Parts: sequence; structure tokens; C-alpha cells
Amino acid sequence: MNFDIAISIVMTLVVAATPILLAGLGELIAEKSGVLNLGVEGMMLVGAVAGFIAASLTGFTPFGYAVAALAGICASLLFGVLALTLGSNQVATGLALTIFGTGLSSLAGAGFVGTTITRLPALFPPTLAGHPLLRLVFGYDVIVYLSIALTFAATWFLNHTRLGLILRSVGESDASAHAIGYPVTTIRYGAVAFGGALAGLAGAYYSLAVTPMWADRITAGRGWIALALVVFSSWRPWRLLLGAYIFGAVMTLELYSKAAGFALLPPEMLAMLPYLATVAALAVIAMRPSRGRLDAPRCLGKPFRAGA
Amino acid sequence: MAEATTRLELEGITKRFGEVLANDKVSLVARKGEIKALIGENGAGKSTLVKIIYGVQQADAGEMRFEGAPVVVSSPRAARRLGIGMVFQHFSLFEPMTVLENIAIGMDQALDRRKLEREVTSILAAYALPLDIHRHVDTLSVGERQRIEIVRCLLHRPKLLIMDEPTSVLTPQEADQLFDTLRKLATEGCTILYISHKLDEIRALCESATILRSGRVVGECDPRVETQRRIAEMMIGAELANIERAPGRTPGGARLLVERLSVDTDEAFGTELEEISFAARAGEILGLAGVAGNGQKELMLALSGETAAPAGAIRLDGSAIGNLPPPARRKRGLCVLPEERNGHAAVASFSLAENTLLTARERKHLTANGVIKTSALHDYARRVIAAFKVATTSEEAPARSLSGGNLQKFVVGREILQEPLVLVVDQPTWGVDAGAAAAIRQALIDLAARGSAVILVSQDLDELLSLCDRLYVMNEGRLSRPLTVAEVSIEEIGLLMGGVHGQAEPTHTRAGDAD
Repeated sequence: MNFDIAISIVMTLVVAATPILLAGLGELIAEKSGVLNLGVEGMMLVGAVAGFIAASLTGFTPFGYAVAALAGICASLLFGVLALTLGSNQVATGLALTIFGTGLSSLAGAGFVGTTITRLPALFPPTLAGHPLLRLVFGYDVIVYLSIALTFAATWFLNHTRLGLILRSVGESDASAHAIGYPVTTIRYGAVAFGGALAGLAGAYYSLAVTPMWADRITAGRGWIALALVVFSSWRPWRLLLGAYIFGAVMTLELYSKAAGFALLPPEMLAMLPYLATVAALAVIAMRPSRGRLDAPRCLGKPFRAGA
Repeated sequence: MAEATTRLELEGITKRFGEVLANDKVSLVARKGEIKALIGENGAGKSTLVKIIYGVQQADAGEMRFEGAPVVVSSPRAARRLGIGMVFQHFSLFEPMTVLENIAIGMDQALDRRKLEREVTSILAAYALPLDIHRHVDTLSVGERQRIEIVRCLLHRPKLLIMDEPTSVLTPQEADQLFDTLRKLATEGCTILYISHKLDEIRALCESATILRSGRVVGECDPRVETQRRIAEMMIGAELANIERAPGRTPGGARLLVERLSVDTDEAFGTELEEISFAARAGEILGLAGVAGNGQKELMLALSGETAAPAGAIRLDGSAIGNLPPPARRKRGLCVLPEERNGHAAVASFSLAENTLLTARERKHLTANGVIKTSALHDYARRVIAAFKVATTSEEAPARSLSGGNLQKFVVGREILQEPLVLVVDQPTWGVDAGAAAAIRQALIDLAARGSAVILVSQDLDELLSLCDRLYVMNEGRLSRPLTVAEVSIEEIGLLMGGVHGQAEPTHTRAGDAD
């Protein structure tokens, strides 16, 4: 019985970590190209509501995810037009995007509060997914495997492909990349759109899988955790995965201790933990300025104007 | 008119930026295998012209012919496809990446890593360029970084190679090595368009020169037969003022005394200073030579007070000031002018008047009880503008609206009119046109003549040799023994810059005996 609970805890952890990992990977790619998009939370909410509406109207959950990714891209392109084409301040624009996304999702989702939809089934057949032990590995839906595959893909893309090299070069020195003849802004649009797609998916994972129903502000600030994790991971996909799972563990611990009436710490304190850990992670990184600076893409957050 | 030997022809190239005519009907012809100099003051339009040739910018009017055929170069990529390569003054390098990765990024088509590595190695061997392709760019010297840019160009087998001020940051030896490479390329038929301020270099390397002034071609000459002075005068369009210095100055006592100054650096690739000791005496100009990145920046920061040092390590007229913050040092008469004009010496978006406040507040009493004395500020700025003939609309103009040379004159003037006891300047004439450079040099000489000590950090050896009484060479955070300018040779300085720590006897074997 205890064994069963342990397995459940681990599985909950993986489910909790997956959207953070997805959103983080998207942001990681965007930041590697030199764009700091603080609108992750907003893009997640837009994806969450768009995915939920699409899934509940059609009754077809995969369609919900597709729409969520598209909605995330649309939200990120809004950021792109302002920050990349018009050269607005990226921090302010990202914050505005989050506020906008929060409001838009509340408005659009108002009529859907309380409706439920069906989750995606486990990817593997019930003999594996339902097995008391093997479900630990095979018991998840396709999005979980996708997030892990994307971690692989992102690492390989950044380090072993020409496009990845170009993307990094744009993030390290936009002026140099421009001088060599790469379309800096176009490449950044691509990276931002990828970030938007993954943020959309991540948001939809909350409304379509974690709690398959619509509630206002369903992502509950996890977009910020994803953002912090990108820094925490020093812009490395595998460390991001590790970080996401650690945060997943903390959140799961909070959930189960609440359920078990186990009160080492008041639940409010536990609920604070992931966010506190985020602040701590950022502080630790800030304390090592030269290392932190070395790891960060050098043009992060800097608007680029050709011909300047 | 031997058509077959003509490589590049420009006719009537015109380019306008707003009100400014950057290029005004520029025409130019370069032959195969010719090393042609393009010279002119800052803002004469050299950079615009080569950017047009390389496709970074488009001409408003005029025609360009390459190998006899009219071409429109719409992008650097198109230029490379024609066989035009360019090494910019500011390198397009990505510091956290390796040399090979940097080269791969510069390629227009993806190339198999191993194949690229083979090609790069063979080019390095063919032109005898020392470069480790697996090192990270952050760890390389400026000369090595430049070689990456050259290799990038050579991989495209260029027919025309444009070099924009390539030697401004090289040691004399590195520059010689570059010239050997360029000469070899020229003998293979590659045309080289060489932009430089340094007239002696042009005379040594180039067989023809086109002189630009205010966007127009004002002359063609053979720099090998023309005198430097004549070329310089064509460049600025006026007679060059002689630098005047009172002969036989006898320096007074030590104004600034630096003793066993060691500074650790926080910067990832900074240079640590190791037991720097020197004295700058009243009435002398003391030079600090060296290739950039050998601790000059760190020494500047320690002298200005931006990094802290033990109190006794720096003394001004006998009192220990090593632990004082910058304003307190300025108040006592130590003024330090950093290399970077925009962003360090001046705030680009502030007006010139506001910029005087940054360093002259204490000595010129520009504030009272924390309130800015606006009229005093404007008066002082106007005095600087008048005394140093700064070309600007008024003291209200933002610093960024000034050309590099004018802003440099302004910030130098801002320090000098404070009559500092000690003035430390870093590269005061870097990227400054000949006229402004002469004015700045004269001002430094005059300041020293009035009894101040001037410390001149520069990479321009000619400047150091013509201005300084004594000089030290900085290498890897250490100072050489003091050299008396009257007795030192360029070769010796070059060797010290390269890290050969000549302790007692100077080297008597001459490197260039063969030619």
C-alpha cells in the first residue's frame, strides 16, 4: 500500500514538473537567441484557455493542445512585434504580456468555469501503463514523453546543428551576427514563437491534464518558476529538466502533506516553498556575478536595431 | 586602360544620410594584385564607401563594376559570392565559442566539421598564421582574433579583400606579420583595399592611395614617394600644425607615486596587476605602451578609484590616496580620462554641459549644497568648447551628437581646464582624425609644461615616442623597466610588448636584417 503511494507521488511529481519543463525549454531557446520574454505566464494562460475551449467544444483533447500551441505562438508574436520589430523594452513588454494574458484568459474562460474535459490517455497500452510498477515509466500521456524528447532535441539542436549555432551567435552578439549576414530579427522571431508554442502547450497541460477543468489563473504563477529555472539551469536543457523535477517534487510534497494532514510546516508555508526556492536560486546566481554573466547569452534582453 | 587587369571600379558613388553627404560622387579604380590605401579623417566617408562595396549599405547613386561587369551588391553574402571579403575594425566574433565554431558561423553554406577543419588548417599553414582552432575566443589576443576574421575571408577565396583599420590594436610584430600575409595575398592576385590612419604603415605597404575628405575624393598618390606630412595635409585639407614642445624640460619631483600596486580582477578575462611601481614627475609625460588587454584597463580603474587599492599604493604629492573614491581623488587633483568616450568618459544622452558636471564638479565648484549651479556649468562647458575648438551647435547638444574626434576634444578639454596635478589619459587619440589628434597632443604637452604630470596610456607607438619623456611597457599586468624615449628603439619596445622581459641588456640581433 505504501509502495503504491510512493509510485503515485513520483508520478504526480512528473506531471507537476512537465509543464514547467515545457515552458522553460521554450524560454531557454528564446533567451539563447537573446530575447528575454517575461510573458511566459501570460502565454501559458492564453494557451491554457484556448486549449481548454477548443477541447471542450470539439470534445477532442489533442485538438486542444494544437490550438493551445497556436494561441501561444500568437501571444508570443504580439511580444515579437513590440519588442523585436518596434524595439520596445523587453522586460516591460513581457510583463505587459503576462498581465494581458491573465486578463484575456479570465475573460475568454468565464463561460467555461467548472466544465470538465477528458484527459489524454496514457501513451502506452494498459498492460504497461496500468502495471503497478511499470506505470512509473509507462503511465504518462504523450506530453510528458514529448517534454523529455524536447530536452534531448534542444540540447542537440543548440550544440550540434548549424541553425543552433546561428541561434546562439545571435544571442551572444547580435551586431556580429548581423555583420556576418544573419537575419537577427527573423531568427529571434523564430525562437520567440517556439517559446510561445511551448508555453501554450505548458499552459494547456494545466487545463487539460493536471486539473482537467477551467479555473481562473489556473497556472498559478508557474510561468515565473519556469523563467527562474532557465537562469537556475545556466541555459542548459538537462539542468532545466533536473530543476523542473526538483520543483515538481517540492510541489508534490506540499500536495501530499496537505492530503495526509501531515503538518511539519503550515500548508501556506509549503505553498510558498517553490517560489521561495526561486528567489533563492536567483540570489545564488546573482552572488556569482562573473560566472552568471559568462553563462548568460550576452545580448539577453538587448533590443537589436540593424544599421545602428 | 588595360581592362583585363582592373578588378574594382567605382564611378560616382553617392550616399546620403539625412543631411550629411557621406559619399559624394566617389570614383576609384583598383587593379588585380594591388594594395590600395583608402585614407581620410574620421567622417571622411571611408567606412561608408567600403560598406557599400561590401553590400552592408546601398549607394543612392553611382555604379560599381567588378571584374569589368556592372554589379549590384545587395548584401555581404552577395559580396562574398562575387569574391569580396572584408575584415572589419570591430570583429564579428562570438567570445564564448571556439575559433572553429566562429569560422563555421561565418560560412555561407554548412560545411562538414571535419572538412572545414581541414580547410582551415591548410589555410593557416599556407599563410603561416599561428592560431589554435580549438581555443575559445575569449582567451585569444586581439591579433589572434583578427586572424580568425582573415581566415573567414580566405575561406571564400577572395579576389578583393577590404581591411578596415586592421593594425590599430596590434603589436608592431603582429602588424608586420599581417603585412606579410597581405603581401602574399597580393602576389597571388588578390586586390587589397586598406583603410588606415597610420601613414607610415600605408607608405610601407601600399602602392597607391586614394584620399577622401568630406565624402569626396581629393587626391590620388603613390604613398611610397609622397611624404607623410603631404598626405596628412591632403587628408585634413590644411597645413598641419607643428607640435611644439619646449626643449630640454627638467622634470620636478614625483607627483604621482605608485608603489607595489597589485589588483585582482573580477572580470572573467581581466588581467591582474602585479606589483606595479612607477613615479610620474611634475612636468613630464610618462607613457604606458602595450597591447590592449595587458592590464591597462585595470590600472586605469585603480588610478581613477573605480577599484579600490591599499591606501599607500597610490600617493598624490605625498599623501596616500589609494583607498579614496574617484570624486575625492579628482578633488585633490588626480583626473583620469578613460578610453571609452561614450559611456565611460561621457554620458551619451547628456548634454555637454551636464557632462562637465561628471568630473569637474569638485574642482570647478559646479554645485553648491547639492544643487547644480546651472550658469557655472554652462560657462565651463562653453570655455571647454572654445578652448578646444569643439565643433558643436552649443553646450546643450547631447554628447552623442558629436563626432568621435570632437567628443574626445571635449572630454580632454574638460579635464585639462581643471588644471589637474596629474592627468591620466587612455588612448586619447584613438579613432580621432589627424587635426583633432594634433590638438589633443599639443594640449597634453602644454599641461605638462605648466608643471602637471601626464600619464599617457596608448597603443600608438609613434604617439608615445613623439610625446613622452619616459615610458613603460605593460605586459600581462606587469611593467617593464623604465625606458628613456630618446634612447629606445621600436624593436625593443615591440619585444617588450610581446612579453620578452628584457631585464638588463637590450637585444642586439635585429629581426629585419634581410630586407
